[in-house]
Amino acid sequence: MLEQLPDLATPAGWLPLAFMAVMGLAILAYVILDGFDLGVGLLLEAGDSGEKDTMIASIGPFWDANETWLVLGIGILLVAFPAAHGIVLGELYLPVAAMLIGLSLRGVAFDFRVKAAAKYKSLWDHAFFGGSLLASLAQGYMLGRYVTGFADNGWSYAFAALIGLCLASGYMLLGSTWLIIKTEGRLQRRAIDWARRSVYLLAIGIAAVSLATPLVSTRIFDKWFGLENLIVLWPIPAITAAMFVIAWRSLARLPLRLDEDNHYGESVPFMSTVAIFLLAFHGLAYSLFPYVVIDRLTIWEAAAAPESLMVIFVGAVIVLPVVIGYSIYAYRIFRGKATELTYY
Amino acid sequence: MLDTLMLSRLQFAANISFHILFPMITIALAWVLLFFKLRFNATGDPKWMNAYRLWVKVFALSFAMGVVSGITMSFQFGTNWPGFMNTVGNIAGPLLAYEVLTAFFLEATFLGIMLFGFNRVSNRMHTIATVLVAVGTSLSAFWILALISWMHTPAGFEMRDGVAHVTSWLEVIFNPSFPYRLAHTMVASFLTASFLVAGLSAYRWLRNDRTPAVAAAMRVGIVMAAVLTPLQIVVGDLHGLNTLEHQPAKVAAMEGLWETRKGAPLVLFAVPDADTRSNRFAVEVPKLASLILTHDPNGEVKGIDEFADAHPPVAAVFWAFRIMVGIGVLMLAVSWFAAWKQLRKRPMPTWFTRVLALMTFSGWAGVLSGWYTTEIGRQPYLVQGVMRTAEAVTTLPAGNVGLTLALYLVLYAVLIAAYISVVFYLARQAGKAETKSSAPTALGPAVLPRSQMEPGHA
Repeated sequence: MLEQLPDLATPAGWLPLAFMAVMGLAILAYVILDGFDLGVGLLLEAGDSGEKDTMIASIGPFWDANETWLVLGIGILLVAFPAAHGIVLGELYLPVAAMLIGLSLRGVAFDFRVKAAAKYKSLWDHAFFGGSLLASLAQGYMLGRYVTGFADNGWSYAFAALIGLCLASGYMLLGSTWLIIKTEGRLQRRAIDWARRSVYLLAIGIAAVSLATPLVSTRIFDKWFGLENLIVLWPIPAITAAMFVIAWRSLARLPLRLDEDNHYGESVPFMSTVAIFLLAFHGLAYSLFPYVVIDRLTIWEAAAAPESLMVIFVGAVIVLPVVIGYSIYAYRIFRGKATELTYY
Repeated sequence: MLDTLMLSRLQFAANISFHILFPMITIALAWVLLFFKLRFNATGDPKWMNAYRLWVKVFALSFAMGVVSGITMSFQFGTNWPGFMNTVGNIAGPLLAYEVLTAFFLEATFLGIMLFGFNRVSNRMHTIATVLVAVGTSLSAFWILALISWMHTPAGFEMRDGVAHVTSWLEVIFNPSFPYRLAHTMVASFLTASFLVAGLSAYRWLRNDRTPAVAAAMRVGIVMAAVLTPLQIVVGDLHGLNTLEHQPAKVAAMEGLWETRKGAPLVLFAVPDADTRSNRFAVEVPKLASLILTHDPNGEVKGIDEFADAHPPVAAVFWAFRIMVGIGVLMLAVSWFAAWKQLRKRPMPTWFTRVLALMTFSGWAGVLSGWYTTEIGRQPYLVQGVMRTAEAVTTLPAGNVGLTLALYLVLYAVLIAAYISVVFYLARQAGKAETKSSAPTALGPAVLPRSQMEPGHA
């Protein structure tokens, strides 16, 4: 597919590829993990006072580690693809700042809301919601700018704004389906409602990105719509559509089962939403490869020196499995329905 | 006129100044919390658990502040300083990557268990989680200080086509200023935490909240401060001599020496004037700078004139250094007086308890002034002798940077005000909670038995 694919037997050939995979893993982990806790933040204002505490409790032990995946993702862009890093972050200067301010507000509001005097609690709840909203919109907007190659025209900006809304909606779907797993009773029923309302915009967003990328780049168009590729690749959109159907049916049936106190299938909506994100991510990654800045800079052109990449690679191979191991351990400790957060 | 370079520098300075306040608390406070917990495990005395309960809240809040401002830091390299990674990315990259991989994930993941897992894991596992959080915060300091020190005293690399390539990782990590900077910064963190713990306990004491937990925490803070302040003075002196060897321009600015001379005086006070390249209103002790720096009253000390245009702004470094030293002297006086009272088991006079309370955040002032001394002292270089700050800056329009700088400043001002007021609020609440649980008869049995109040000493 690429005219002159570098020799993959040499470190300069395969290391950038390996780092692209690790960066992909980090970004995917971030979008899904911080996605569900950002989503809970977006829904926070809809809960009553007691529900808010439960909603926060459902993400309390996790959000900090979830956000670390963003640092890893941006860190790998920084250290493995320094040339791309400057271009991407320079182009996205203002939305990045908006996202950082949003993430800052949200991250500290989480602590302040229970530690400051009671009269300020609702103020910090607003900050938690506002920060989550700003961060989600900014991330979607950046995705929109990124896939259109930072094109400088009105349509591209409008498209980016649309993707901002769609990603926020996608996070709401992740957040509400997470709440279905972690809560009970009235709040769980409401979460099912919220999830049903969030599905549409996520579907529109995925469709919009899928249609826009081939239009922006003839290279991507050829990749997807060449005859042999069409046959190999059709499962990606097909399974995505199937996952939407599964999530939708599950959301429709859950209330009936819950009426009979049957908790079977509570995690299906969340799992199918995660699958949708996984597939969309892979579709996008397939479109972009081997470029790290769309049609401008390949991963090999942007990569740092192989010696330095090797040093990080060895560390990552040893440490990342350990990180994933103890992350799973932490999630297992806090499995089950969310309980009140106490320090002792 | 503020251009993109100056605005980007201000933004980075604002961001890192805000950020460093919180790791300086959490790095040491994690170990203090572990100490409280181990004392409770060993003695079963509830005062240690009560102390843990307040300080774990302060820790959680400080940690969150550090995390969010740290994420902002990691983006600033790319948004404002693309030239930095393009030139020295082969060195900075792996150091930052190892910080994320070995430290950030460790502390962030086990923090959840440490904070909220008390009822979900065994006490032993909870202690292990606390240890891992403490190890994670210190490990993160190790990696980031290796990088910062390398920017001051770069070693173990060669330049090929304008890009730095590593020749020895051991020399990169253990570069000449690293051991001194690591020691100086770690002790600074423990001093920041010790004055925070002692000061906030003094604040509670003044409010007649004199439970055993308050007395115990105050004692821990005072003992730590009294032992570490003189140690810090020694370490700081060694760090200064190391700087003289590798960054003489910085030392010339710290001392306010414009001209190279033998028998250089120690300038106690002056207003350095960059236009006339001289000090106004100087108060000097003859030959003392030579004696301190070269251990010879007639030794030669290099002045600013040796460095053409490659020297830092003198006034800023000169003053930052003096503020840092002044805070150090104040810390020594306060901690030793307090420790002396502790040793003799005498109550501290009220005026002095007030002084201690006023010094709650004195560590921050010391850290920032010390930080400004060393970082402004590195200018005009970003990496000493390798690249200048101006070479790394983005080409973005100044308006964009000005806008984000203004937004960050507003955010940080709000957050710092909220943080300080909430820390004192938590201290007041802790008093109420402990008082409640110490009155078991009226409201049924208390959760934890309490030891007798210790009368008469803090």
